[in-house]
Amino acid sequence: MTEPTPLAPPRRAALAPAAPSHLSADMVARARQLIELYPEPRSALIPLCHLAQEQDGWLTPEAMVDIAGLVGVTPTEVLGTASFYDMLHTEPVGKYVVAVCTNIACLLGGAAELLEHAEDSLGIGAGGTTPDGTVTLEEAECLADCDRAPCVQVNHRYVGAQTPESFDRLVGELRSGARDADIPPHGTLIRVRRANGLAVDAAEVARERAAAADERAAREAATAPADGGGA
Amino acid sequence: MAITDPPKIVTARIGHDDSHTLGRYLATGGYDGLRKALTMTPEAVAAEVDAASLLGRGGAGFPAGRKWSMLRKAPVTYLVVNGDESEPATFKDHLLVERDPHQLVEGVVIAAYALQVSQVFIFLRGEFALGLERVQAALNDAYAHGAVGRDIFGSGFSVDVVVHPGAGAYICGEETALLESLEGKRGFPRIKPPFFPAAIGLYGDPTVVNNVETMSNLPWILLNGGAAFAALGGGRSTGTRLFALAGHVNNPGVYELEMVTTTFNDLINAPVLGGGIPHGRGLKAFIPGGVSAPWFGPDQIDLPLGQDEVAEAGSMLGSGSVVVMDDHTCAVRAAWRITKFFSRESCGQCTPCREGSGWLERIMERIERGQGREEDLDLLLDACDNIAPGLTWPPQQTTICVLGPSIPSSISSAITMFRDEFLVHIKEGGCPYE
Repeated sequence: MTEPTPLAPPRRAALAPAAPSHLSADMVARARQLIELYPEPRSALIPLCHLAQEQDGWLTPEAMVDIAGLVGVTPTEVLGTASFYDMLHTEPVGKYVVAVCTNIACLLGGAAELLEHAEDSLGIGAGGTTPDGTVTLEEAECLADCDRAPCVQVNHRYVGAQTPESFDRLVGELRSGARDADIPPHGTLIRVRRANGLAVDAAEVARERAAAADERAAREAATAPADGGGA
Repeated sequence: MAITDPPKIVTARIGHDDSHTLGRYLATGGYDGLRKALTMTPEAVAAEVDAASLLGRGGAGFPAGRKWSMLRKAPVTYLVVNGDESEPATFKDHLLVERDPHQLVEGVVIAAYALQVSQVFIFLRGEFALGLERVQAALNDAYAHGAVGRDIFGSGFSVDVVVHPGAGAYICGEETALLESLEGKRGFPRIKPPFFPAAIGLYGDPTVVNNVETMSNLPWILLNGGAAFAALGGGRSTGTRLFALAGHVNNPGVYELEMVTTTFNDLINAPVLGGGIPHGRGLKAFIPGGVSAPWFGPDQIDLPLGQDEVAEAGSMLGSGSVVVMDDHTCAVRAAWRITKFFSRESCGQCTPCREGSGWLERIMERIERGQGREEDLDLLLDACDNIAPGLTWPPQQTTICVLGPSIPSSISSAITMFRDEFLVHIKEGGCPYE
């Protein structure tokens, strides 16, 4: 009698994270530095999603597999978390994500008219990307720049209050590369790197946390009812 | 003249182009508050903040000192700074993180010392790309200067500060949602109790969560004393506060004003502040503290900028953002846009909020577009009542967090104050302002 052909690889092998294969060596090194900053690796999940967007412009399925392996969750958990957040794009976006706020302060400042103009002039609706892949237009919620209404951000950089005319000039500058110095391509969020590693030794922090947990457990034991609580 | 007299506690450096640099910070007394704090006991530092009666500047207005004292009974593990500023028309923390990041860092280290924590996370909303870079650069410089990290200024006290970028979700301003997000999860607010992360916070450990502006007040309070801070303002609302003024005013912006002694009228109309409403128009209504707050009309403009004073008048000072609407503003459209915001930002955990916000938004949209029915007004109020029973202020809670019960504020305000306007939309089949 011959051995039956296995239908799937053994479960253990399926769960073991593969080495990152999509993120570049530099990105993986940066990712490991970020993970080191947190007591739990999963806390670095969102910062790592930003890193993946810096490499690819958006959050690709391949990058999510790498991130899952790096922080010790499944790729589905990465997607499940990322899909909650507006800034994490699980579909391709343009080189520039242009966000027009239409919330209350900007609405009072003419944002609805600006967005309508932007849609007409770019030939796309909010949420769409121009055929040349340059601009993705978004209708945004409040971006906290309400004294310069209507507020526009390009790749999360404030570009000040815009009129229909200035908006068209802005798009022209983006297309010509005139804004390359101050507005990096979509995905690059924080260009200033942390200069120091963990200033306080991780083992020291772990010891303090364990001591705090012991103390809490002792307190809880002291205040717990004597028996399991009757019925 | 309370408008110009009070000391600039958190905006003293903002006028300088290089206000974000360590050089400017040190030249203007930077890190002196921290040096002083480190010569005191942690308990004495906390007592100074207690004496200042500093109310949290995030929106709920909970006394920072009391938040800390809940924790002094047990060791605190983490301090988390809430810089997820996303309440519509609130842009004060935006100013602080971009223009005076060292002041935030100094405040954070003072608080960490008072609480004796060795790990701080500064959570900034991801859309603050420049703010994230400025705070990280300030931290790099502060580490090199010896103001953060190991053995700060030779005191033996050590703390590590990590800047954490958010990824775009209003709900992460709710402190338990923020902690979930910081743990790498969806920003779902946690079920209460526990009501405060003091007991069960980040990774289940005792955690203090404080707002950026709250932290930024600490260097001044340490240098000048809690009593000097408490001498400003009035009643429970001590010190100065940042007010973000937006909408139909000549000079929108962030203004640091003494609490209570200044009024909404000063803020909106004083030439050195808001400068009045453009084009000679009149005031229709204003929102006194973020879009979760019920609206005020012109007859309430003389109310003082104080937490209890505004609460007694039936609204809240909230996040300190004031939105002015002139008499050419469509109240239906304004309330619709605010409802659309809540509908988009509801995290979806609780039925009254998730379903209610969507229904309300669609009914508001059809009224604004001229397809409303007269019974829609009762339908709106009925749906609002399902989210916040009784439509009281402060609202009744039917959901895990306060986002849900905040949804009815704008609709019930608009219907109460401008019912005729809704009826015109319905009867004339369109918006009279278009």
